[in-house]
Amino acid sequence: MTEARRIKFMSFSLIFGFFLMWEVLCIVLNVSDLVLPRPTEIIATLWVKFPILWPHILQTLYSTLIGFVLGVGIGVTLGVLVGTSRVAYAVAYPLLVGFSSIPKVAVVPIFVLWFGSGTTPAILTAMVICVFPIVVNIATGLATTEPDLEDVLKTLGASKSEILWNVGLPRTMPYFFASLKVAITLSFVGAVLSETVASNRGIGNVMMTASSNFQVSLVFAGLIILAVLGVVLYSFFSFLERRVTGWATRDTDIAIT
Amino acid sequence: MDMKNNIIAEPDAVRKPTTLPRRSAVDLQAASVVFGSGEKAVTALSPTTLRLDAGDFVALVGPSGCGKSTILRLVSNLIAPSSGVVLVGGREAKVKALRIGMAFQNPTMLPWLTIEQNVMMPLKIVPPFKHSFRQDRKGAFRDRVHALLAQVGLAGFANHFPWQLSGGMLQRSNLCRALIHEPDLLLLDEPFGALDQFTREELWQILQDLYLDRKPTVLLVTHDLREAGFLAKRICVMSARPGRIISDEAVNIPQPRDIGMIYSPEFVEMTQGLRELIAQVRK
Ligand SMILES: Nc1ncnc2c1ncn2[C@@H]1O[C@H](COP(=O)(O)OP(=O)(O)OP(=O)(O)O)[C@@H](O)[C@H]1O
Ligand SMILES: [Mg+2]
Repeated sequence: MTEARRIKFMSFSLIFGFFLMWEVLCIVLNVSDLVLPRPTEIIATLWVKFPILWPHILQTLYSTLIGFVLGVGIGVTLGVLVGTSRVAYAVAYPLLVGFSSIPKVAVVPIFVLWFGSGTTPAILTAMVICVFPIVVNIATGLATTEPDLEDVLKTLGASKSEILWNVGLPRTMPYFFASLKVAITLSFVGAVLSETVASNRGIGNVMMTASSNFQVSLVFAGLIILAVLGVVLYSFFSFLERRVTGWATRDTDIAIT
Repeated sequence: MDMKNNIIAEPDAVRKPTTLPRRSAVDLQAASVVFGSGEKAVTALSPTTLRLDAGDFVALVGPSGCGKSTILRLVSNLIAPSSGVVLVGGREAKVKALRIGMAFQNPTMLPWLTIEQNVMMPLKIVPPFKHSFRQDRKGAFRDRVHALLAQVGLAGFANHFPWQLSGGMLQRSNLCRALIHEPDLLLLDEPFGALDQFTREELWQILQDLYLDRKPTVLLVTHDLREAGFLAKRICVMSARPGRIISDEAVNIPQPRDIGMIYSPEFVEMTQGLRELIAQVRK
């Protein structure tokens, strides 16, 4: 068994062991279904309710991804504006850090006030929550580009935009993809949160409704769906990061064509 | 060669900036460089006057830190002179009247590009190549890069990333990147510093052939006096920091030169003379 496979096997065992322990403890301690349902019950609920849950899953993914795409667009634009100008970077950076430390969930009630409940506030929350990490990372990546690398193009008489395309942006990619991993998770959290508060669709809303009806195993089923979706989204961007920015971690497998 | 008389040349600063009598490729007129200001100001280059006619091959030697790289940065317009004038191709340096190829002292390959892509970069940026870059990409340009890489002994490394190459190999890629777009003005900053003697001599010959073939103007910074003597038509010696040019001598040996020449008595005598001169100015 290779090292990588052993690690995979071990983390799989850990997850399996966790659920096994949960199951056993619930039985041994005789925990009520209303407090903490057993994993087997949750899986059963998930299986039975899946056709009903499916549209909600799509809804949550939809809000997350639309918000994320908008957030990335805005984030990259702002990041490039701030990062390419020394003055803008010095002036705007403290402001950005300040903004990004505001708990963004606080904007949900405002969006509900403006746009009513539904998909719009979920998308907007997903967007707002993921903009700042992207702006900060793009700006930092651009502003810290080694002058030596830019000099190579300057001696060739390259224009500002050629330098940005050929040096600044590629060099910023590792920062950008690192921030995408964080951003997609944040967007997902934002969308679910907004659904919980103000929507009649989406996994967040399903969990909220189930909770008020004491369908405890459905609440946990929702939780498991969220966990799986979160891992899938994160893994996708993590995979993308390794493919695109392998040079930064010196992956040898991208080298020989 | 009579170098002693030239040591006490008239101070460069005294000469007035002149307008061009002849076509010059590089013309530094009392150009100086001061980094920083006030208390922390560092004079990197005393007012220096240096002129290269089109097709000249000048070697610049001098003790470490005397401002050789600074002169190259002036000519390539990476920095502006604090005083004086820098003309390239008869125009201000920032106009970029000549097509410049520069090999930096540290081979700064872009780490996200393969060697092939790195060497191809000038073709993507510099006219007229940039206009046909998209169409040509897979064909002619690529063959050209591969041919040049093969010439410096890097065949088979085109698809490697910079961090997979040794220091000397990087330096050779760096040289290729400076040459690929057939520059009119070649600025080489210790391009063979990290190479063994045999590879170095091989590359001297390649550079000499290339020079005699296309006759670009070359400004070569080096610490190797034999390298300077073998390649250059003129050798300029700089004083210790803050440097200025204290000797400017022609090398009166017809080109092409044979590598065996560097062991001839006249050549050894010439490099000895230069050596003594630098030994004096280091103090
Ligand atoms: N960006 C900078 N800021 C301040 N001082 C600098 C800067 N760049 C160079 N210098 C100073 O200018 C002087 C000349 O530097 P330069 O790089 O031209 O030397 P050099 O002749 O190329 O030396 P070497 O042979 O070691 O490469 C040095 O003493 C250095 O301290
Ligand atoms: Mg130097």
